[in-house]
Amino acid sequence: MPRNKLLSTTTFRMAVVYLALFMASASALLGYLYWNTAGFLARQTEATVQAETAALITQLEEGGRAALVHATITKARDPRQNLFLLQDANGEKLGGNLDVWPDQTTGVGGWLNFEYARRTAEGDIEFHEAQAVATDLPDGLRLLVGQDIEERRRLEAQITNALAWAVAAMIVLGLAGGAIISRNVVARIDDINRTAKDIMGGELSRRIPVTGAGDEIDQLAENLNDMLDQIERLMLGMRQVTDNIAHDLRSPLNRLRNRLEVTLMKPATQEQYAEALERSISEADELLGTFNALLLIARAEAGAARDGMDWVDLSALVHDAAELYEPVADEAGLDLTLDIEPNLDYRGHRELLAQMIANLLDNAIKHASGDAGGRTIHMALKARGMLGAEIVVADSGPGIDTDDRERVLGRFVRLEQSRNTPGSGLGLSLVNAVARLHGGDVRLEDNQPGLRAVISLARRARRRPSDLAAE
Amino acid sequence: MRVLVVEDDVEAAAYIVKGLRESGHVVDHAADGDDGLTLAMSGKFDVLVIDRMLPKQDGLSVVASLREEGQTTPVLFLSALGEVEDRVSGLRAGGDDYLTKPFAFAELLARIEVLVRRSSPGEVQTRMKVGGLEMELLSRKVTRDGEVIDLQPREFRLLEYLMKHAGQVVTRTMLLENVWEYHFDPQTNVIDVHISRLRAKIDKNFEAPLLHTVRGAGYTLRAPQ
Repeated sequence: MPRNKLLSTTTFRMAVVYLALFMASASALLGYLYWNTAGFLARQTEATVQAETAALITQLEEGGRAALVHATITKARDPRQNLFLLQDANGEKLGGNLDVWPDQTTGVGGWLNFEYARRTAEGDIEFHEAQAVATDLPDGLRLLVGQDIEERRRLEAQITNALAWAVAAMIVLGLAGGAIISRNVVARIDDINRTAKDIMGGELSRRIPVTGAGDEIDQLAENLNDMLDQIERLMLGMRQVTDNIAHDLRSPLNRLRNRLEVTLMKPATQEQYAEALERSISEADELLGTFNALLLIARAEAGAARDGMDWVDLSALVHDAAELYEPVADEAGLDLTLDIEPNLDYRGHRELLAQMIANLLDNAIKHASGDAGGRTIHMALKARGMLGAEIVVADSGPGIDTDDRERVLGRFVRLEQSRNTPGSGLGLSLVNAVARLHGGDVRLEDNQPGLRAVISLARRARRRPSDLAAE
Repeated sequence: MRVLVVEDDVEAAAYIVKGLRESGHVVDHAADGDDGLTLAMSGKFDVLVIDRMLPKQDGLSVVASLREEGQTTPVLFLSALGEVEDRVSGLRAGGDDYLTKPFAFAELLARIEVLVRRSSPGEVQTRMKVGGLEMELLSRKVTRDGEVIDLQPREFRLLEYLMKHAGQVVTRTMLLENVWEYHFDPQTNVIDVHISRLRAKIDKNFEAPLLHTVRGAGYTLRAPQ
């Protein structure tokens, strides 16, 4: 991964921001720590020096010059490491454990830092750092009170050093951690991006790899994959529709066109023209019907019809459809029997459900009225399982071979045996789409003889209290 | 009859206007919602045929404004939006009927005639009579020339609808919508079978037929001349 890319990732930027915040709070903490240790030592030095100076000034005020000199000499003998030097106006040393007045000029508040030579227990000379305050006294006397701060300086250096290392380690570890975490996240997001690019490039079957960690990115990948599956399914459906339209509507359109052309080719009577036009209109109507059915199927498949869902009296709906088709069945010499469970309400799309049932009946009548079979149609509505419902339409026609049962649910699929009956080959495909829209499915079974279509609808039914339904 | 057609599509408008004029109506045309509303407000039309999707102001709002102003001229919505929800919104906005594009001209004509007939005031009918055929709506009794005709409930509703619109053309779609409340076209022509059953009951044993098939359009129930 190029370095600048890592720097530009959101994760890394977030890591840096987090690090900055962490460092700010850590700095505050460390600052407090420093103030409480090194700062405390410094303040202690100042306080000691100021107390000693004040004590000596008191000696001068109370006992005069002699008392001051005496006190200075006494204090200088003290093994504690305080430093003293008392000089007269001529620069002569009157007392104290320092030999020379330091060259350094005084700083803020009369403080000065200097180095002095000091004899160790072994007799060596070593230079130590000291901090002192100089006070001018009456009669030209000058007093210097200080403290050896060599030890303090070392301690301060150690503390500062430790803090500096802590900060450095924090920065390094923070940046490295941020980089590693973002590297991981970025690598996985890169996977997603790469997959997206591949898919846009036409590899529709590509899916985002899932690591199995079950974290957010895995969940994201899984959701995106599900979405891609759905899109692929819809795209496939759409492509099928387009193909089907191209293949199956071309011939009726051609027929229509040819009829009109042939009519124009030779002179004809008013009646002949009228007849040709009438046949053309009815053919155009058929085409429109096919288009409507296709649109309806597409809408049902896309789930767009979900808006129109409401509670529907499914028992009445099945009854009405049977009643609508009863004369047709009758005329075809078919015996239509019903077994409809009463008072079954269902949450669904009334029009589409009605059309689904109508299509099933239509199919059954068409096929059962053929030469084969016992000329019966049986239709049933039953509540099934947890609030589901099942609609069965069974006919005694020739039935459908096991191999073809899945296929006939597709668009424009017409089996050889039904080539001569009218129809567009969209009926069962609409049934399938509507069943799916309602969370159900279509099973085509053998009715021995004939076809048994079982539509199971998912759990959206409720039973009305029968007293409400009593008419 | 005076008909106002509000339709922005030039070709469709020409087709509707021509067809209506040839059927003997006086037709005005407006090409957008604003003009349509202005013309319709004049109140000189018997029926308004309004497209739903119009420039400047859509059909729904035109009709809503008309109704707000107290105009009661019957409105037939003409629209490519054919879902049940679209029809419901059209009828709720104040439309009296709704026809989906593409449509058969015969159906448009039939619906216009029905609308106008329905809007003309008349007392509440409990009895209807077409030729020798009589229908008693309260006792649900049907007779022809004094002979009782026994009808199934759905056949009664079918005949009731036909009698209410006696003399007018009634299309198969209108029957499906009004008698069966189906807003889709069943593949086989089930309506024809119902009509022929009804015909068998009301016409078979009588000399002059009342129920006629209108080729390419639908059916009409009318008294013999």
